[in-house]
Amino acid sequence: MSKNQLLVFNSKGIYCKQANIYIDPWKPVNKAIITHGHADHSRYGHKHYLTHHKNVPIIKHRLGDISVEGVEWNQPFTINGVTFSLHPAGHIIGSSQVRVEYKGEVWVFTGDYKTEDDGLCTPYEVVKCHTFITECTFGLPAFKWKPQQQVFEEINTWWKENQSEGKTSVIFGYSLGKAQRLLKHLDTSIGKIYTHGAVENMTEVVRPLVDLPPTELITRETKKEELLGNMVVAPPSTHGSPWIKKMVPYVTATSSGWMAFRGARRRRAIDRGFVLSDHCDWGGLLASIKATEAERVICTHGYTDIFSKYLREIGYDASIENTDYEGEREEVTPTAETVS
Amino acid sequence: MSLQTFAQLIEKLDATNKTNQKVAALAHYFEQASDEDKLWTIAILSHRRPPRPVNTTLLREYAAELANIPLWLFEDSYHIVGDLAETIALVIPDEKQQTSKTLSTFLEEIIELKAQDDEAKKSYLQHNWKSLDYHARFVFTKLLTGSFRIGLSQKLMTRALSKTTGVDEDELAYRLMGDWSPTNTTFQELVFEENKEANLSKPYPFYLAYAIEGEASELGDVSKWSVEHKWDGIRGQVICRSGEIYVWSRGEELVTDKYPEFENFKDSLPDGTVLDGEILPFIDGEIGLFNDLQTRIGRKNVSKSILQKVPVIFKAYDVLEFEGMDIRSKIFEERRAILSSVIESSKSDALHISDTMQFDSWEEVAHERDLSREKRSEGLMLKRKDAIYQVGRKKGDWWKWKVDPLTIDAVLTYAMRGHGRRSNLFTDYTFGLWNENEKGEKELVTFAKAYSGLTDKEFNQVDSIIKKTTLERFGPVRSVEPQLVFEIAFEGIALSSRHKSGVAVRFPRIHRWRYDKKIKEANSLDDLKQLIV
Repeated sequence: MSKNQLLVFNSKGIYCKQANIYIDPWKPVNKAIITHGHADHSRYGHKHYLTHHKNVPIIKHRLGDISVEGVEWNQPFTINGVTFSLHPAGHIIGSSQVRVEYKGEVWVFTGDYKTEDDGLCTPYEVVKCHTFITECTFGLPAFKWKPQQQVFEEINTWWKENQSEGKTSVIFGYSLGKAQRLLKHLDTSIGKIYTHGAVENMTEVVRPLVDLPPTELITRETKKEELLGNMVVAPPSTHGSPWIKKMVPYVTATSSGWMAFRGARRRRAIDRGFVLSDHCDWGGLLASIKATEAERVICTHGYTDIFSKYLREIGYDASIENTDYEGEREEVTPTAETVS
Repeated sequence: MSLQTFAQLIEKLDATNKTNQKVAALAHYFEQASDEDKLWTIAILSHRRPPRPVNTTLLREYAAELANIPLWLFEDSYHIVGDLAETIALVIPDEKQQTSKTLSTFLEEIIELKAQDDEAKKSYLQHNWKSLDYHARFVFTKLLTGSFRIGLSQKLMTRALSKTTGVDEDELAYRLMGDWSPTNTTFQELVFEENKEANLSKPYPFYLAYAIEGEASELGDVSKWSVEHKWDGIRGQVICRSGEIYVWSRGEELVTDKYPEFENFKDSLPDGTVLDGEILPFIDGEIGLFNDLQTRIGRKNVSKSILQKVPVIFKAYDVLEFEGMDIRSKIFEERRAILSSVIESSKSDALHISDTMQFDSWEEVAHERDLSREKRSEGLMLKRKDAIYQVGRKKGDWWKWKVDPLTIDAVLTYAMRGHGRRSNLFTDYTFGLWNENEKGEKELVTFAKAYSGLTDKEFNQVDSIIKKTTLERFGPVRSVEPQLVFEIAFEGIALSSRHKSGVAVRFPRIHRWRYDKKIKEANSLDDLKQLIV
C-alpha cells in the first residue's frame, strides 16, 4: 500500500508529495488547495491558495489580501504529473471535493459535504475513486435528516406563531453557510428579515453568487419595536449577549444537526431546536461512499472510530486519520466567528 | 385521544424551558384528555410506571434488528445519545403510519405484555415501533423503560392539575402522594375524594430548602433562627398509623422493608405520628459516612451481615402529624417541642433527635459550620422559628448552608465522549494523582471521574487538546498524554477498598482549570489521604 500513498496526513495537513501541495492544511504552507471557506479548512498564513472561484471572495473576505487562484469545477489541472480537479461538495456556497489522480490511482477528499440539494449551493456530485477520504461528523445511525422542505415548514410555522404572539423570532446560524441557507428558505411573505453584522457582511459577499431575499442590518438606530413579528438571523455567539437581550420580547431557535438529540435541544437555554445540517447524515454518508465505488475509506473527523469500524464490518478497508477539522460545532468556536 | 396527543404534549414540554408554558401545555392537555388518560399521565409524570415488561437487553436486540444495524453499533449509539428510548426512536426508520390507540390502551397492553413469551414481546414491540412516528415511538419506548425527565417537577404538574380541577395545589400534592396506581384507583377517586384506607401509608410532601445565596447574616436577626446540622444521609419520613410503620424516602419510594431497624418504632411512637428526618449509618455508636450507607442502598435484600456492618438510625428533625392530626401549620418551635417529648418517651435505640442550636451572632453560626465535617454533617440547616412546614421547595423559611467543598489538584488521564448535548465532545474525564509504585517510580493513580464544572468554551478547548494528544483509543475512551491540571472539588472523602486508589470521594466535579500548573505540581494520593478526618 505504501507506493499508493498519494496523499499523506502529516503535521501540517493532507499532503501530496508528488505535487508538493497541501489540501486544507492547518499549519502555514507554500501551496494549499482549499475545499471551502470555514475557518477550520481555510486558515491564515499560506503563501498561495487555490480554490473554487465562488470561494475566492469568501476567503478573501475572511483572510484579507491573500494570493489566491480560482478554478472551475470539473476542470483538471496538472502539477508534476498529478492531476487535480475540484467537484461540488454541496456543503456551503463554493465548497468542493478534491480529486487527485496519479498513474491511474484516484483519491478523493470530501472536505465537508452533504448529499441533499439545499437549493442554494451546487449539489454534491459523486466522484468515483479508489480511496475516499470522508468526514463523518454525523456518522451514527441515530442521525437521519428530514427533507429540508419539512424543516423549513416547521421554521416558518414557528415564525408565524411568534408573530401572532407579538414576539421577535431570532434564529442562530453560522454567518457563512447556515445563515444563507436560512435566508434562502425563510418565507418572506410572513415578515422582514433582519441580520446581525457578521451575517450581513458575509451575505453581502455571496449575494453576487446566489439569489437571496433582501435583509436589513440591525444597527444602533434600529428600534426594537420595528423588529416585532419579524425574523432576526444572527451567529450563535450572540446567544445571551446584550445585543440580543435588547430585543425583548423575543424567542430563540437554533438549527443544527446536533438538535437531533433531545439533550442538545433541552439543556441549551434556547426555545426551539431545528434539525438542519450542512453535513451528511448516516444514510448520506453510506450512500455516497457506495456510489464512489471506493475500496478504501479514510475517516477524518466526527465519529471516526465507530464509523470506520462499521465500514470495515461491511467490507471496506477503512481507517482513521487525526486532523484539526472540527465538523459542525454546536457552540461557537472563537476562530469561526471573530473573523467576519 | 391517541398516544400521538400525549407525544405532542411531551414534545411541547420538552421544547420549552419556560415554566409558564409547561404548565399551560399540561393544563391544556388535562382539559382535553379522558379520565383514564389523565390518570395515567399523572402516574407517569410522578414516576408510577407499570413494571418493566421486557428487559433492556432484549429491547436493544429487537431494536437493532428492526433498524438493521449490528448490536455493537446500537450500543455505541446508545452510549452517545445517552438515553435508551431516544436511541431506539432515532435509529428505527420512520414509516409514517398513525395509531389511534390511546395512552391508557398502550399502558394496559404493556401491563399484559409482561406475562407473555419473548416471541410475542418481540412482535408486539417491533410492530408498534414501526407504526409510530419519531415522537410517539420515543414516548412509547419511554413507557417501557423509564421516566421522562422533561424538566417537569411534581410541583408543576400539580399546579397544572390544580388549574384544571380547581382543587387546591397543596391539597392535591398530598392526594397524589403515596402508594396508589392507576390499576387500583380512578381519576375521580384520586383527585376529588378522600380515601381513608389508602391514606394510611400516605406521606406528606417534604418541605425542601434552598441553598443560601450570599451571606447568612442577610437573613437578619439571628435569634429568629434555629440552627441544626445538615445530616448526610437519606431524607425520610417515618409514619406510624394503626400500629403499622411506613418509611418513605424523599424520592417518594416506600422503603419500609429496607430498614428493619425502624420496625420497633411502632412500640415506641404514639399512634398517628409522622416524623421527618434523616436515615443515617450509625456504626459503633457514631454517625457514619454516606459512603457506608451507599453499600446498603442498592441492595434488594438487606442481609444479616449488612445489618451488622451498616446499622442505621433515624435522626428526626420535625414532626408533621401528632395524635392523628396534621400539625404542619403549627410553627417550627411548637412542632419541635412536640418532637422532643415524642423522642424522649420513645424506647427505640434507632430513633435519635437532631439537636437544634441557638446562637447570638452569625459569626458563631459560621464557626459551628466549620465544625461540620468533624460532626459528620454537610453543613448547617437554618430554620425560621416561627415558620410552618411548607410543601415542596419554597424560599424563605428553610435554608441549607453547606460547607465549602474539599479540593485537590489532579491530572487529566482519560477522556470519554459526553452524552446528549455534549456527545460530540470529550467531556467525561478521569483524573489521577501522583503516587510512588513499588519500584519507586512516580505514576498517576486514578482517583475520580468528573464531567461537570467547566464552561462550554473550556470544554471546547479541552476537547480539542484531547483530540490532538490521544495516546490510545479503547472504544469510546481515550487515554491522553498527561498535560492538563484541574482543581477537583468534592463533598466527602472516605477510605474504600472498592477503589483502586483506596479512597472514595463524593460528588467530584471540576472546580477550575489550573492553566498555571504543570503536571508535576499536581497533588499526590498521600495529600488526598491527609484530607480524611
